[in-house]
Amino acid sequence: MRVLRALAVVLLCLCCSTVQAAEKELNVGFIYVSPIGDAGWSYAHDQGRKGLDGMAGVKTSYVEAVAEGPDSERVMQNMARKGYDLIFATSFGYMDPMLKVAKQFPDAKFMHCSGFKMADNMGNYFGRMYQARYLSGMVAGGMTKSKTIGYVAAFPIPEVIRGINAFALGVQAVNPEATVRVVWTKTWYDPATEKEAAKSLLDVGADVIAQHQDSPGPQEAAQEKGVYSIGYNSDMSAFAPKAHLTAPVWNWAPFYKNVVEQVQKGTWKAESVWPGMETGIVDLAPFGAMVPKELQDKVMAAKADIIAGNNKIFVGPVKDQKGEIKIAEGVVAPDADLLGMTWFVQGVVGTTE
Amino acid sequence: MFRIRITKRKEPRGWSSFLVLTAAVALSLALSGLLLALGGTPPLDGLAVLFKGAYGSRFAIEDCLVKAIPIFLCSLGVAVAFRLQVWNIGAEGQFALGAVGASWVALTFPGLPSPFMLPAMIAMAVLAGGLWGMVPAILRQHFRTNEIIVTLMLNYIAILFLDYLVYGVWKDPTSFGFPMTSEFSPQAVVGRIGTTGVNWGLAHCLVLGTAVWVFIRFTRLGYELKAAGDSVRAARYAGIPYDRLVVLVMVISGALAGWAGFLEASATINRLQPTIMVGYGYTAIVVAWLARLNPLAIGVASFLLAGLRVGVENLQLDLQVPAAFGGILEGLILLTVLAGGFFNLYRFSVRRA
Repeated sequence: MRVLRALAVVLLCLCCSTVQAAEKELNVGFIYVSPIGDAGWSYAHDQGRKGLDGMAGVKTSYVEAVAEGPDSERVMQNMARKGYDLIFATSFGYMDPMLKVAKQFPDAKFMHCSGFKMADNMGNYFGRMYQARYLSGMVAGGMTKSKTIGYVAAFPIPEVIRGINAFALGVQAVNPEATVRVVWTKTWYDPATEKEAAKSLLDVGADVIAQHQDSPGPQEAAQEKGVYSIGYNSDMSAFAPKAHLTAPVWNWAPFYKNVVEQVQKGTWKAESVWPGMETGIVDLAPFGAMVPKELQDKVMAAKADIIAGNNKIFVGPVKDQKGEIKIAEGVVAPDADLLGMTWFVQGVVGTTE
Repeated sequence: MFRIRITKRKEPRGWSSFLVLTAAVALSLALSGLLLALGGTPPLDGLAVLFKGAYGSRFAIEDCLVKAIPIFLCSLGVAVAFRLQVWNIGAEGQFALGAVGASWVALTFPGLPSPFMLPAMIAMAVLAGGLWGMVPAILRQHFRTNEIIVTLMLNYIAILFLDYLVYGVWKDPTSFGFPMTSEFSPQAVVGRIGTTGVNWGLAHCLVLGTAVWVFIRFTRLGYELKAAGDSVRAARYAGIPYDRLVVLVMVISGALAGWAGFLEASATINRLQPTIMVGYGYTAIVVAWLARLNPLAIGVASFLLAGLRVGVENLQLDLQVPAAFGGILEGLILLTVLAGGFFNLYRFSVRRA
């Protein structure tokens, strides 16, 4: 009798454990390069992560403010050891560390944002932010009076250069004579440095400040000077309501949900994906009240064009700063060229060094 | 009425200074626990997760050791300078140039056989870091410049020089324009010890730590260093060549930081990239003070501080405590331990007024 009872207990345990295994939650980890804060790059990704929290059988967590390099490798290893099934790394510098960790943990799935290396269990993803940059450039071009637009930018890497170029092309589409002046901060997140950089641009006569930074520092500088600004990453109007014209913004939640569903169903494969505005992954924040209706309509028409696939933005003829043709007449620049872009278009003042 | 009288101790506290240290750390942990509770995290669970993440498994301890290596070497260096009351804030820049020197060897002579490669990389790193440390010492002697300011400013120059190389001439042509050098050849990589995740840099630390300890404890120069650090005028009177000592400690300081830069580039990143700079040179100063400039204590403090940083990541992942908590905890420990030092130097007595 006793033996039977013991057996029953063992069986029950076995059943429970198998039931548990079937109901095992999908653990999804995120690693962010800056503190989440109330706005910016990491904030936008974290909004995407929160979008997963409502999904059945999904548990998420994150580690913020992780330096690119060895620290990030350790954080990802720690996640993988703790049994995280799917890890999103949201900064370019996490690429090589993630590749190393992906090889050590073949059962986990890895997704790297903004890079180019892959493995059997590591894909990469990004959004065509340059489309929204172009639209925000149109707004800036329509609003500038001094015909000088300041652009506070983080690092001279292809992602940022591509954004500046698309922005400048947008500016030129409505205001052919306007120039875009670029200042590099060499930091993704440093509110004080970013604000100072914006001030230096205001001092040389810029009357619209755009940014490729994570903090709203440049927005505040523009508002204090009484000029306009274009945000980035998330709607930054709360930080500079009088200055904020609009912002190219990320909307990661639908994309992240899709990846998680693929993993749950077992259909996930390591791929390189670069969806555009038609999927909603990038968009334009609502216009500020100071943007005239006429300009708004023009921008919205251009947006419809982009979504319909009629405006690929980097379409020749496009000249570089020296006036040499880089994209020939009628040619649409291939993705590989966009991903490795290291030169500025004509009308941008600054260097890519 | 009672009055508290504070008198300077004639003899420093002996073994009971350990009690003061323990009390200080306990106080900082208690305050941190309070902070966790205010943030809605159960404090005991929080601290448990922190310590488990830092020292709770073989992997965790390995991670701490890897992270402690550069901190230890930089700190060992600044402690030698601090002993002479020379305030070297420049370990960060010396570290950067050490990494640059080592990378120069690895990139220029990729085919060098390994018995020559690593020693040559070390030699270049030590040379570059040492010379960079010598500059402020020479300036101080000839122009009476303040070494705190000069070493700090030289950090920016060194880091920007590193950026210049990595964004420019040393950029990997296959990196799509992203700032990083090509990967070092296998003989330029400091390997791992057996099956552990810890690299042989740990052995370098043991050897160098012992060497510095022997130097300070048993050599004439080491004695002169201590004597001159206690009183510059007395040392001059005794015929100790103070100015030459200043140059010597700055060179040693820079060389050790440079060695750390070599290990970080070679062993943990396997290439040079801007994200190699994560502030170890500044952390080193904190560690040196916590350890009261004693080489063995620096080893312990580096390991503990590395553990704190690793543990805080675990705290974020498991309990979603913000990253800033780690910085606060570090600051609290430094504050309480340094304040505790007061009790080692002074005696309190209560008497009736």
